[in-house]
Formats: sequence, C-alpha cells, structure tokens
Amino acid sequence: MTGDPLFADGVDWGDIGIMGIKVLVAFAALLLATMFMIWFERKLISDMQHRIGPNVAGPWGLLQAFADGVKFFFKEDLRPANADPLVFRLAPYISAVTAFVAFAIVPIGGVFTDTPGRSGTVTLFGKETILQVADPPVGILLLLAMSSVAVYGVMLAGWSSGSKYPLIGSVRASAQAISYEAALGMSVVAVVITAGTLSTHEIVRAQAGGVDEWLLITTGFVPFLVFLISATAELNRPPFDLVEAEQELVGGFHTEYSSIRFALFFLAEFMNVITMSAIMVTLFFGGTAGPVFFGWTWLWPTVWFLAKVFAFLFVFVWFRATLPRLRYDQLMSLGWKVLIPVMLFWLMFLGLRQLVIDQGWSPLQEVVVVLGVSAVGLALGWTLLAAALRAAKRNTVIEDLGDHDPEEMMPAGASPDAAGPGEDG
Amino acid sequence: MVEVVVFAVAGAACLVGAVGVVLSRNPVHAALMLVMTLFGIAVLFVALQAHFIAAVQVIVYAGAIVVLFLFVIMLLGVDRAAELSLGALPAQRWTAAAFGLGGAAVLVWLVAAVDRIFKGAHSYELERAGIVVTEADAPATSYATDVSAIARSLFSEYVYAFELTSLLLIVAVIGTVILARRSGYSEHGGESAPAENAPASQEARQ
Repeated sequence: MTGDPLFADGVDWGDIGIMGIKVLVAFAALLLATMFMIWFERKLISDMQHRIGPNVAGPWGLLQAFADGVKFFFKEDLRPANADPLVFRLAPYISAVTAFVAFAIVPIGGVFTDTPGRSGTVTLFGKETILQVADPPVGILLLLAMSSVAVYGVMLAGWSSGSKYPLIGSVRASAQAISYEAALGMSVVAVVITAGTLSTHEIVRAQAGGVDEWLLITTGFVPFLVFLISATAELNRPPFDLVEAEQELVGGFHTEYSSIRFALFFLAEFMNVITMSAIMVTLFFGGTAGPVFFGWTWLWPTVWFLAKVFAFLFVFVWFRATLPRLRYDQLMSLGWKVLIPVMLFWLMFLGLRQLVIDQGWSPLQEVVVVLGVSAVGLALGWTLLAAALRAAKRNTVIEDLGDHDPEEMMPAGASPDAAGPGEDG
Repeated sequence: MVEVVVFAVAGAACLVGAVGVVLSRNPVHAALMLVMTLFGIAVLFVALQAHFIAAVQVIVYAGAIVVLFLFVIMLLGVDRAAELSLGALPAQRWTAAAFGLGGAAVLVWLVAAVDRIFKGAHSYELERAGIVVTEADAPATSYATDVSAIARSLFSEYVYAFELTSLLLIVAVIGTVILARRSGYSEHGGESAPAENAPASQEARQ
C-alpha cells in the first residue's frame, strides 16, 4: 500500500488544504534548519579550530545567519557585462528549487510498524495522512532525478557568468557530480534490492523491526560508506570541494554572483546538506525508528529523526575540519576505480543473497551458493580490473593535475548506463 | 478537468521547448529548451501513471544526456551563435522539408491507427496488434505494476534485446576510449607529444 492515504478516497478541498500546510511547514522547517546549519557549522568549526566564531548577533551568535541574510538582501546585484542575462538569472533558482524538492520524499515522523496494513500515519484535522510532503511511487528515484537536475544550476551559473574561473569551477563541478552520481545511484540500488521497494515510506517501514533490521546492517555497511562518500562529493563538501577551491578558483562557479542570487546558492548548498543527511537517515538508519517512551507517541519518531539528522550534520562539519582536499585525479580515481567496482561487486552479492531468500534455500545451500559465486565473480572481476588498470597505466603519460577525463578512467565493463542489478545476476 | 489542465500545460511546455530548440541561435539556449521539452514529456508520463518512465526520463535524458551536450558545448567553446548559413549541403532545405513532412504524415497516421484500434474495439484487432488489455493496464495502478511490469518484460520477453543493448554500450565506451587514446592526442594541448610518435614516447617515459 503506497501513496498518501489522504488521497485514497478521492481529493477534496480539505485534502488540498492539508497538502498546502504540509508544503509550507516543510519549506519553513527546511529554511529554519538551513539557518541553524549555517550557524552550527561556523560555530562548530570555530570550536574545532580553537576560535570563537560568530558571537555578536544574538546569544552565542545565533542570529548570525539572519544578519547575513539581511545583508545579502541589501547588497547591490551585480551582473558581469559578458554574462548571459537570462541564464545568469535562472541558475540560482534551479539550485534552490532542486534542493527543496528532494526533501519532499523524506518521512519526518509517524510511528512505523512492520505489521501488514497501514503504518507511519498520523491524523491531521480528522484525516489520516503521512508526515512527508509526497510519497511518489518512484520514491527514491526522485532524489537521483533532483541531484542530476541540480547539476544544471552549477553548470549554467559557471557558463553564464562569462568569466574564466566560474567556468572552470562549473566544469569541475559537473564532472564530479556526474561521476559520483553513478556510485550514489548504485548504493541506492543496494537499498532498493534489500528493502524491495522504491518508496521512501516503505523503505522506512522495512526497517521498523529494530536496529538489526536497519538497512545499514542488512545491506552490510558497504553501500552506506559508498553513499556517504558519494553524497559528500555530490554536495561539494570538503574533502571534495574542488569546485570552489578558494586558493585556485576564487569562489568557483558562483564567483560572479552577489546579493540575493549568491544567497540562493548558499542556501541551496546548506539545504542540500540537510536533505542528504535526512536521506541517509531514511535509507540506512531506520528513518524515524526509535523507542517510544511516554507522552505524545507521535512526537518521539520526529525527535529520533531529528537527532539522527543532527548527527550527520555534525559528521559533515567534522569532515570539513579534519580532512584535506583531494587532488582532482585522486577524486576521479576514487570514484571510478574504487567506489564503482566495489559497489558493482556488492550489488552482485546482494542480488545473490536476495535470490537465495526468494528461493527459500537452506542455510547450507545459501552459504555455498553465495560464497562460491561471489568468489568466482570477485576473482574474475579483480583479474579483469587489474588487467585493465595495468593496460591503462602502460598507456598513460604522466599528465598534469586535473587532466583526467572521466570516460578514460573507467575500468572495462563498468559503464554507468549499463550498471545495475540486472547486469550482475 | 485536472488531466486536461496538466496535459495543456505540459503539452505547451513541450511545444514551446521544441520550437525554441530550432529557433535559438545560442546552442546553450537550445539545449535548455530541449530540457524544457523533456520535462514536459516527463510530466505527461506522470499523467499517464507511468511514474518510472517519467523518473528515468528526467534522470537519463535531462540529467545525463543534455548535461553531456552542455559539457561539450562549453568545453569546445561553440557557445556563441553559430554561423548556420555556411556549409549547407545542396538542396538541404528541400530534403529536410520533405523528411519533416513525411515524418509528420507517419505520426498522424500512427495516431489515427491507434485511435481506431482502441475505439473500434474489436478484440481480434487488438489481438492482431499484439495488445493485451488486462486488469494491470487499467489506470490508477500502483507502482508495483509500473516498475515490476517493466522489469518483468525487460528481463523475460526482451532479455536478449536488453543484454545486446548493454553490450552495445560497452562496445561504444571501449571504442571511445581507444579512439581518444590512439593518436596520443591530448585535448589540453601544451605539452602533448606530436601525434605520430606518441605511443613510442609514452613507452619511453615509463
């Protein structure tokens, strides 16, 4: 049973009103969370670097993000003479809108159970509904769609500025985003194979049985690690922030932007961090799962959800404070030569396990089949990959940094288009 | 009512985008117009309850293929209005017009034929056309039939076509790598070796 139970009995004006409220609340909450995240990141990173950080605007500098926002509003909106006026204006909106839309599929509350029938719903104004803006049948694919559309924002911003550094920054950003989207998509496939559904609501429900049913554990940690690394790269967060490497590119793709248009990019960036954290919690950490103690039972899942998201926000800031930036060729070889082959193998493994479960084989058969096929597959894949890498090494001139073309870095047989569970089964 | 509005808006977006692709003088604008058309088509798919196809439409076409177009446009620096009047083949316009009209005629004929089959409503006609209308084809099916129906036909009925297509893609990728590597060509210029003796010099540097 998927989809919002709100619309199960047709659509009336009350339903539309509830949807409106949900969208507004989600938007306001995400904006507030973004402002909090800006403050949190600055404060936390100051702490890690033995600085004080923002401390003037409001108590503990809490109103700093608000002050920044006001300042952005009143600054002059500059546009370079060479800029393409239409595209220059369009780009920040693409970034901001995609950042928000991807959040719509995250369930932010509701008590989930693994019993058949409906669960994870709450009652609003006498109508049963789910605590997420949308539960489309394609579910998690919306995240992939939005993250691939978000590339346009960055790319067009860099191109339309009519300036060198933004163009370099945007070309880097697009190459990085396209490369890591493959690994990101494959780790999502691992989740989808194991949970057996695309809908985020159902994915959360598949994890409702307890910590041992969290997809982090049932998919075997590797997809989560790959997702975390690729998500960091997709977000252009350190250590993958080559896109706006300040020492080389001034400010990357948004160098020429000022005032409210720059604020939109800034907002989109932080919004994406929150969205990705929320998606990670949804996919691997049980979403809203957690013990319900006392009082309002509907409140606890939201509390657990927020706590988990908060932990990931901390991790992202921690990365930034700890890890040095990768070189461009290291970035590409990590994506194409490590993450994608590892995920391909892991998908084959998960597919086999799912086959064993579906066929109802005995544990002995399971071990023999999974280990046997995995060993053969691993040996074959490893040999081919090693041969391909050796051939590539023999043919490669030592090139300048950043001279790698993602197409050339691909190991034989790992085509992003053809990658998927079907290839391995 | 809602369906009519959705169809009108999405259809208008498709048409405006399609016309824009042809009329834009700037290649980047043309590519963006193409994205608009693709989004319109995705919305039409959603209206037809084909959610998975809609998502794939956005991910693959808007998210990968047009991004690749833009990438090439930006890297090759053809992002200024191209001079289109030069280099036209003889009789190009007339040939194009003829093919365009022919394509339009085929399209109209197809739509009319499908319309007749579904409205004419003789089951043997449907059968001859290879169309089996079952419960699953009824509107408002859940995603389970959408995604799993596609998966089922992809991995059973059309499995050879599917595997051959993936093979084709791999061949294309390998071919591209070989073509790009062959002559020691370096797109970043500067210190690239002369084309003829590049492989030898690569060996020497090892």
